[in-house]
Amino acid sequence: MAISRREFFINSAKLATTSALIATGIVSYSKYAYSIPASAIRPPGALAEKDFISACIRCGLCVNDCPFPTLSLATEKDRVAIGTPFFTARTAGCEMCDDIPCVKACPTGALDKSLTDINKAKMGLARIVDTKGCIAYQGLRCEVCFNICPLQGKAITVEMRHNDRSGKHALFVPVVHYDHCTGCGKCEEACIMEEAVIKVLPMQLAMGKRQDHYKLGWEEKQKAGRSLVSPDIEHKYNLPEGKQYDLQGKGLTDIKVESSLDNALDSLNSFNPLFDIKRK
Amino acid sequence: MKKINICQVVGNDAKKSKGRLGANKYLILRRLSQLGILFLFLLGPWFDVWIVKGNLTSSLTLDTLPLSDPFVLLQSFFAGHSLATDALIGALIVLIFYLIVGGRVFCSWVCPMNIVTDAANYFRCKLGIKATSGGVSNKTRYWILAVSMLGAWLTGSIAWELVNPVSILHRGIIFGMSFGWGLIVLIFLFDLFVVKNGWCSRLCPMGAFYSLLGRVSLLKVNAKERDKCTDCLECYAVCPESQVINPALKGNNSSVIFDKNCTNCGRCVDICEPKVFSYSSRFKKN
Repeated sequence: MAISRREFFINSAKLATTSALIATGIVSYSKYAYSIPASAIRPPGALAEKDFISACIRCGLCVNDCPFPTLSLATEKDRVAIGTPFFTARTAGCEMCDDIPCVKACPTGALDKSLTDINKAKMGLARIVDTKGCIAYQGLRCEVCFNICPLQGKAITVEMRHNDRSGKHALFVPVVHYDHCTGCGKCEEACIMEEAVIKVLPMQLAMGKRQDHYKLGWEEKQKAGRSLVSPDIEHKYNLPEGKQYDLQGKGLTDIKVESSLDNALDSLNSFNPLFDIKRK
Repeated sequence: MKKINICQVVGNDAKKSKGRLGANKYLILRRLSQLGILFLFLLGPWFDVWIVKGNLTSSLTLDTLPLSDPFVLLQSFFAGHSLATDALIGALIVLIFYLIVGGRVFCSWVCPMNIVTDAANYFRCKLGIKATSGGVSNKTRYWILAVSMLGAWLTGSIAWELVNPVSILHRGIIFGMSFGWGLIVLIFLFDLFVVKNGWCSRLCPMGAFYSLLGRVSLLKVNAKERDKCTDCLECYAVCPESQVINPALKGNNSSVIFDKNCTNCGRCVDICEPKVFSYSSRFKKN
């Protein structure tokens, strides 16, 4: 069945047009499909979202090996790229298994096998998103998030603060620490408020980013081992004659002239409690 | 005279000579294979018996045998992900397997969509709906194959897997699905009312991908006894890729069906009363 050159070109053009239409459809659909809601947290070791959706082949091996009902594959109604694994912290947070079976199960490296210590995972970052809603911030004792935290005392600590409302009580407020929080979401799961006031946010949402031109002098100095801008000059206070000031030591003192009179004054001053505070 | 659709009488002669079972041998075996594989995957989530984990895109059998779908991995590669060894080994095993048993054996013996589209075909025959191509060329799938790779490259993601009914259905049955069912029903209706074999034989890029392996794969259907052919045309009626039969059955060269799109489903072997067809290696003479 021979076809003319004309027919061949027309047929090819038809197919190419159809394909282009389908391609346009898929590309624009994928843009929508890959917007992930903030409540969906990826398993431990997941690559950055952009890389994750090219690496994850949606096989569900991580879900099968998760010993808890935490991970699941997204279905069409989850607004997460269909077939990819995620968990919702409020429903069930990650239990942070020591052997990280989900990462071991991943055949493609979408969950990075270089993560061997679950305490170093960065699934997200817990933030107290509503200090007004948090009863600890209102002066009630709670600390549930602190108590459930797998890295208690590191990822979440309780800080004592002054209760400005009553003027005489203390607040015991939970504080999340960037360096240790793995984003497991147990705190969000456990939060006793009707709507959690502590929430795990995906890293890209939780983290800001400083422009590169902001250099922290003290960090740069430490890296370089010396001041980078100008040589360090010992700081001098503009003090009246005969006085000296030691910030971390004795405070404001007279320039010592060894005499029995000064010693006597010193010992006298040491009875003064205000003087004592200044010295510490 | 009442006009009858050939599909409604297909296999009647074969049934008489081979018996009901004999005339459906490979069909029954295929269904057992398709459902058996699905069942193995379901043993884990349903009965907590973990022989096979994962799904068709990647699985782990008895905690040792990794299998991965090379079609999906290729998308992942085009999306910009450097492939990990676990998945590559799995894909290699799958590739070697299909290079032996026939590329599109995936389509007819494994793919769960085949049950859906075969059902559409069954009802199309029962309802006497005339077969049409709907103007959809059976080359379209190769364009869609190209599109799926292009889509992966353009979006930096495995874009085709957002709409791939094969993985949506298989994953959905094992891991749960919501309105993904809609897509499956849509394809069923498309195959039933619009285009005969529309999905599997014209559009599906997965079939197109596996057909590329079929160019060199070992196991083939052979019209070995073509001299006995009675010209009843039943094989053309049952074959989902009927264009593959002619060169072997009526040609002067080899009687092996070399066409890359033969799915090795064995339906022609089943329904042929004079037993023209049988499986053979591609190197078999005559």
